[in-house]
Amino acid sequence: MSARKKAKDIFSSPIASATAILIAILWTIPTFGLLVSSFRPQIDINHSGWWMFFTKPNVTLENYASVLFEGSTTNPPLAQFFVNSFAVTIPAVVFPITLALFAAYALAWFEFKGKDTIFFIIFGLQIVPIQLTLIPLLQLFSKGLVLGGVTIIPNLHITGTFLPIWIAHTIFGLPLAVFLLHNFLSQIPRELIEAARVDGAGWFTLFTKIILPLSVPAIASFSIFQFLWVWNDLLVGLTFGGGVKEVAPMTVRIAEMVGTRGSGWELLTAGAFVSMIVPLIVFFSLQRFFVRGLLAGSVKG
Amino acid sequence: MKSTKGRVFAVAATAAVAALVFAGCAPAATDGTTVNCDDYSKYKGHEGTEVEVYTTIIDPEAALFKQSFADFEKCTGITINWNGTQEFEAQIPVRVEGGTAPDLAIFPQPGLLAKFAGKGLVEASADVTASVDANYSADWKNYGTVDGKFYAAPLGANVKSFVWYSPKVFKDNGYTVPTTWDELITLSDKIAADGKIQPWCVGFGSGEATGWVGTDWMEDIMLRTASPETYDAWVTHKIKFNDPAVAKAIAQAGSIIKNPKYVGDVKSIATTTFQAAGAGVVDGTCAMHRQASFLGGILASDNGAKIVDPTDTTTENGISVFYFPGASADNKPALGGGEFVGAFSDRPEVQAVQLYLTTPEWNNKKAKLGGWFSANKGLDEANVADPVNKVAVQILKNATTFRFDGSDTMPAAVGAGSFWKEMTAWVAENKSDKAVLDAIEKSWPKK
Amino acid sequence: MTESYLAFGKTPWDTIGPNLLQLVLGLVAFAAIVYICFLLASRASVKAQDWLKYLIFLVPASLLLLIGLVYPTIRTLIMAFMDSDSQQFVGFDNFAWAFTMPEILTVLRNTAIWVLLVPLFATALGLAIAYMTDRMKRAAVVTSLIFMPMAISFVGAGVIWKFVYDYQPNKFKPDIGLLSAITKALGMTPPNWLLEAPVNTLLLIVVMIWIQTGFAMVVLGAAMKNVPDEVVEAAMLDGAKPWARFIRITLPMIRSTIVVVLTTTMIGTLKVFDIVRTMTGGNFSTSVIANEMYSQSFRAMDYGHGSALAIILFVGCLPIIAYNIRQLRLERTER
Repeated sequence: MSARKKAKDIFSSPIASATAILIAILWTIPTFGLLVSSFRPQIDINHSGWWMFFTKPNVTLENYASVLFEGSTTNPPLAQFFVNSFAVTIPAVVFPITLALFAAYALAWFEFKGKDTIFFIIFGLQIVPIQLTLIPLLQLFSKGLVLGGVTIIPNLHITGTFLPIWIAHTIFGLPLAVFLLHNFLSQIPRELIEAARVDGAGWFTLFTKIILPLSVPAIASFSIFQFLWVWNDLLVGLTFGGGVKEVAPMTVRIAEMVGTRGSGWELLTAGAFVSMIVPLIVFFSLQRFFVRGLLAGSVKG
Repeated sequence: MKSTKGRVFAVAATAAVAALVFAGCAPAATDGTTVNCDDYSKYKGHEGTEVEVYTTIIDPEAALFKQSFADFEKCTGITINWNGTQEFEAQIPVRVEGGTAPDLAIFPQPGLLAKFAGKGLVEASADVTASVDANYSADWKNYGTVDGKFYAAPLGANVKSFVWYSPKVFKDNGYTVPTTWDELITLSDKIAADGKIQPWCVGFGSGEATGWVGTDWMEDIMLRTASPETYDAWVTHKIKFNDPAVAKAIAQAGSIIKNPKYVGDVKSIATTTFQAAGAGVVDGTCAMHRQASFLGGILASDNGAKIVDPTDTTTENGISVFYFPGASADNKPALGGGEFVGAFSDRPEVQAVQLYLTTPEWNNKKAKLGGWFSANKGLDEANVADPVNKVAVQILKNATTFRFDGSDTMPAAVGAGSFWKEMTAWVAENKSDKAVLDAIEKSWPKK
Repeated sequence: MTESYLAFGKTPWDTIGPNLLQLVLGLVAFAAIVYICFLLASRASVKAQDWLKYLIFLVPASLLLLIGLVYPTIRTLIMAFMDSDSQQFVGFDNFAWAFTMPEILTVLRNTAIWVLLVPLFATALGLAIAYMTDRMKRAAVVTSLIFMPMAISFVGAGVIWKFVYDYQPNKFKPDIGLLSAITKALGMTPPNWLLEAPVNTLLLIVVMIWIQTGFAMVVLGAAMKNVPDEVVEAAMLDGAKPWARFIRITLPMIRSTIVVVLTTTMIGTLKVFDIVRTMTGGNFSTSVIANEMYSQSFRAMDYGHGSALAIILFVGCLPIIAYNIRQLRLERTER
């Protein structure tokens, strides 16, 4: 560590640092503009640029109060969608990562014919656009699956609950998760696995005793990734929520507020910022794990 | 009425009516106790059922709808779940194909409706059909009919052949309301020559529905430069989209929209929202803005406009409408639009709601709440309160010719696709009339 | 006003309560199923475990992928050769349509521009920032700020950039858009940013680069930290200048990570649709294939056209996937 620190001092170049800081500022300006706007009264937002805030600072919390807690006849307040976003996201992170870890384990360590083919197909499935799957998956959820007159999956009557959203997110998250976790798991030293097998550990014990503890960093990093993606998703929540507001996540509501009319901007800015807070907290508090997991997952030194 | 138009329509109620909504909540509850449920006896027998209504109509107008159903819900025991969303158009095919169709859907355009005939949409019951026959003209019933089968009952209506202006600005500058197309052009020239304000404000911008304003202009002018029969032939593709009659209409539309002396920067029409363009009439940027009756509500709530009678030439920020003139003063064709309620379920409670919405009782009840009217014959004009909608109802009744918004009845690929896109390109890229019409003609579905 | 919300006669709590219950039930049920499966399987005989391991580890994910992704893909492939209602077989008509309509050709061209520029710039910028901050003090602040857009939804990004690109045609009204204001402050006339092709497409691409750079930076930065200090120091002692060090040592050592970043960004870019949809609605020659596919399928309700575009998108992705699979194969044989 001290060697690294020394290297740091030697390598650090003021010009490079200044450039990096400049880019960081440039990158933050648009978001900063939104933050400032969200605290401005309606009249100011519509009639002057957000930078004018600094010449005439007018701060209000009204935007946040009204967007979060005031509902209407057709729309509950944003606070309810906020809760929904959690109810959508947490299982939609846990499910795919569990199943992907299982599959990655099988593909990395079981010996069977065609495992490479299966792995490459799963990898390739990343490119399937979600839009293609909307109608077939909805039909599955609302009618079940009938092939040639034989009911394979009955109608489960789950439309309008969170279940279709969870399942859909699980499906869409699997290919990348299997790919990354497989890369990680296949780097576990073969000796470790074989030693455990010789000691008489079955495939299930092996998984719980060795694979699971070792994969924690990779699981953590992918969890963050999946969390960001599910929390920010619009299309899946919109479509698989069955069109009802009770289970719709926050993005669905924000998208609806977009572009409604000129006077909506003050609510929209506040709403958009509320929707960003959770992913920002998640990222800032967990970014150490994020980097560590990626380090192990996709990097081959 | 595309999604944005629907959305906007919803907003239209705000102005004068917003107060009513919130004030109205309280009396509705007390009123409820005195409601005479005998009026609803024919809808009896559905206690404890729920009906989902899927629609583009959101708040604040949705609140008025909820209010208009309150007694019905109380007396019949049917709960109406009003599910308003701006994603209606993109989501309705997904929901229908995916097997999660709503019970009732309020279609903002008949063209969309046609796509679902035989694909889950249920034919109207005998009761609904009889009620529509009794309460609406054959024209209106026809828009809800596909291949000879009647599916969807008319709901609200609006009139589009309006020019918004400020009576005070006109008075102050000595301008008079034109009654013929030639007078309209003369006036535009005069305003341009005076150089005090811009004659016209035009904005096509409307999110992903950008361009629909242009289609409305085309349709309105088509009704003035061609016969109603030609208009019908155009909408149903019996004549080609690049027919000389259509070319004449787009050229005439271009004489205003593409004239920099009238509208300023032509290109930026494509990125200016129609609301922002309309606001120009209120803040004195421009003299005239052609838009449907619903615009008033938006300008009132967002821009502090006051909707006044044309004779009121003193009110600051007062705006009003005049009729978008035809070739001569007695040629008064009108362009309008409306919504249609189709059912995806034949459950009795669903049919009961669909039926109730066609009755004069409900239509009057709804109109009384303000900012809304319909083509229901039983609608009492006295119940339509604001000055602009009053004019609209009269136009609806007295027009020499009434035609439905053409793009709304064309196939979706054109009416909600190439027609919008090409009208946008017409201003944004200065695409020629011919290139625009040829492109739309090419995009018309083959069968 | 708070009490004005009583949709369907419910208060928000009437919904929040059951929703939280669903959340807890879902998680508990899932955990219980997994636990019971493991419990039973680990007590089974060795012979039974031999097939149980496939059933429990591999089958659930495979089944979901089969139903959720493989089947819809095959279905789309068939629909691409049928008419708008999927009633009649029309051969290659839909593809002929896609490759002859000038609008669709523009869409294909735009998509190509996106796929070239976004991965290139996002990766290059990410690489540069990662390198610049690799040995920097308090780099975490800088990298966090640059990563931030990654945590923002496309919907939110649309709102954010509206305040950058907004154009005010009326000279007498104040600007809301930052870019216009800066241009005017510099004494120039701002163009109508999102209207003029091809500048508008480039401006939309900027938004995507803004989002993706943070991802590239974090992943590549992680890879750089893996480059052993001794190697770098040895190069320094040899008198290698920073640039030469970067080219000769850092770059080759993180090559496979760069491929992963490029691939992921490329696939993400090919599927981009929200940015275009919220910012221009696909107008003014800015549409891309994923947006057009959605419009054709669910707006114009022409499933034939929509499916054909999906297949084109798919085929466009294949080379990227094929290249990656080849790389993976190579790495395997090396191991």
